[in-house]
Amino acid sequence: MGERAGAATPIIRLEKVEKWFGDFQALRGVDLEVKVGERLVVCGPSGSGKSTLIRCVCRLERHQRGRIVIDGHELDDSAATLNAVRSEVGMVFQTFNLFPHLTVLENITLAPIRVRRMPPAEARSLAMDLLERVRIPEQAHKYPGQLSGGQQQRVAIARSLAMRPKIMLFDEPTSALDPEMIKEVLDVMENLGREGMTMICVTHEMGFARRVADTMVFMDRGEIVEKAPPQEFFAQPKSERSRQFLDRILHH
Amino acid sequence: MGGYNWGWYVVSPWTEKGQGNIAFLLSGLGWTVLLALCAIALSVVAGLLIALLGLGRHRAAVAANRIYVEAFRAVPMLVMVLWVFYGLPVVIGLKLDVFAAGVLALALCDSAFEAEIFRAGIQSIDRGQHEAADTLGLGFLDKMRFIVLPQAIRRVLPPLGNQFVYMLKTSSLVSVIGLAELTRRANELVVTEYRPLEIYTFLVLEYLALILVVSWAVRLLERKMAASERRAG
Repeated sequence: MGERAGAATPIIRLEKVEKWFGDFQALRGVDLEVKVGERLVVCGPSGSGKSTLIRCVCRLERHQRGRIVIDGHELDDSAATLNAVRSEVGMVFQTFNLFPHLTVLENITLAPIRVRRMPPAEARSLAMDLLERVRIPEQAHKYPGQLSGGQQQRVAIARSLAMRPKIMLFDEPTSALDPEMIKEVLDVMENLGREGMTMICVTHEMGFARRVADTMVFMDRGEIVEKAPPQEFFAQPKSERSRQFLDRILHH
Repeated sequence: MGGYNWGWYVVSPWTEKGQGNIAFLLSGLGWTVLLALCAIALSVVAGLLIALLGLGRHRAAVAANRIYVEAFRAVPMLVMVLWVFYGLPVVIGLKLDVFAAGVLALALCDSAFEAEIFRAGIQSIDRGQHEAADTLGLGFLDKMRFIVLPQAIRRVLPPLGNQFVYMLKTSSLVSVIGLAELTRRANELVVTEYRPLEIYTFLVLEYLALILVVSWAVRLLERKMAASERRAG
């Protein structure tokens, strides 16, 4: 990891991570370091292992070989590390996964109250602050089904932030959205990055990647094929596979 | 009809004798309703706990769930009633009165079915709901209590209503150990009046009326929940 080595300590470190689903190998010896405050964008064709990568980082999937270390905690099966990781890593899903039977406010306050033991009044005021930040405080008492996709995804981001994570993971957060709603979600993510959040975003939004990413990662067939700063990655991709991928998604 | 001489006078609301008999038959209503309510309450709670055992990660708990469901689902209700009332005092020295024995027997059999209903309902909740709860750090019990069960219960309401209807009817089996519920009362009256066809027809109408009330209540509850579901999207 040549560029900016030593600038900051890595908060996420993957060493030779391998992951199989039955006979299918989804991750092949993935090495990756992410520093505090770094904004990483992961791209690649579907089935390349991008989602699996970040799902392993938040322990929704278990890797079978190699090591994943999050802020000093190596991921294993113990409940203690699981709790440590879950409280430090926030995850935003492609399909939002809001709780449909709870209001927007309840969606956001549930985990701080139950997991962090925060007094409900404090949790509500935190939730309102976060809704201001994602610019939909007026929706607080509605149910997720009454919101547009873009609004739902912003609530999902606020819900993750309410746990005050050190790291945010985004799994194709705009792929399920109508085009006119993509920008409002990307804007929120961009602000988050500007405020210094450590982020890994799996996305096909290359405009966003150019503006926000410190580092681009290109994956194919379960491997990290290329890792470079965005200027370099978009101007002169080193590998043939990343060149072909960029050709396909930039000129269509 | 078929040369049979009907004797509806035994349950005629217009004669004193008929009124007395009707009052006698209806006196079983309280026990039937109480028996079914207590049994279904116990069995829903037990069934939910058994279902949760089967959905966690502990192998022993999952095995316990399977054994419980397979064992109790296989015991005929009548056999269970007899076994609890006459068997438990002999085997473990637990002597229950007829009502307690009836509740326990019905609940034991029914809880195996309730467990499977809850399991199906819980498993029908989208995986994304579990993943969102997991990444927020909610533990298994909190995830079930706040996220999964509130959504699952709406979906299992129709089969739960079904089980309650079934419970009302099978409570008639407790008549064999002597609880003075509807069926027992009818049997007793048949012995003195010797008009089985008329009395059992009346009994059928009693169950029908009860069950129509239950169906109506379940429908009402479903509609209420469907309304809040629509509001929730």
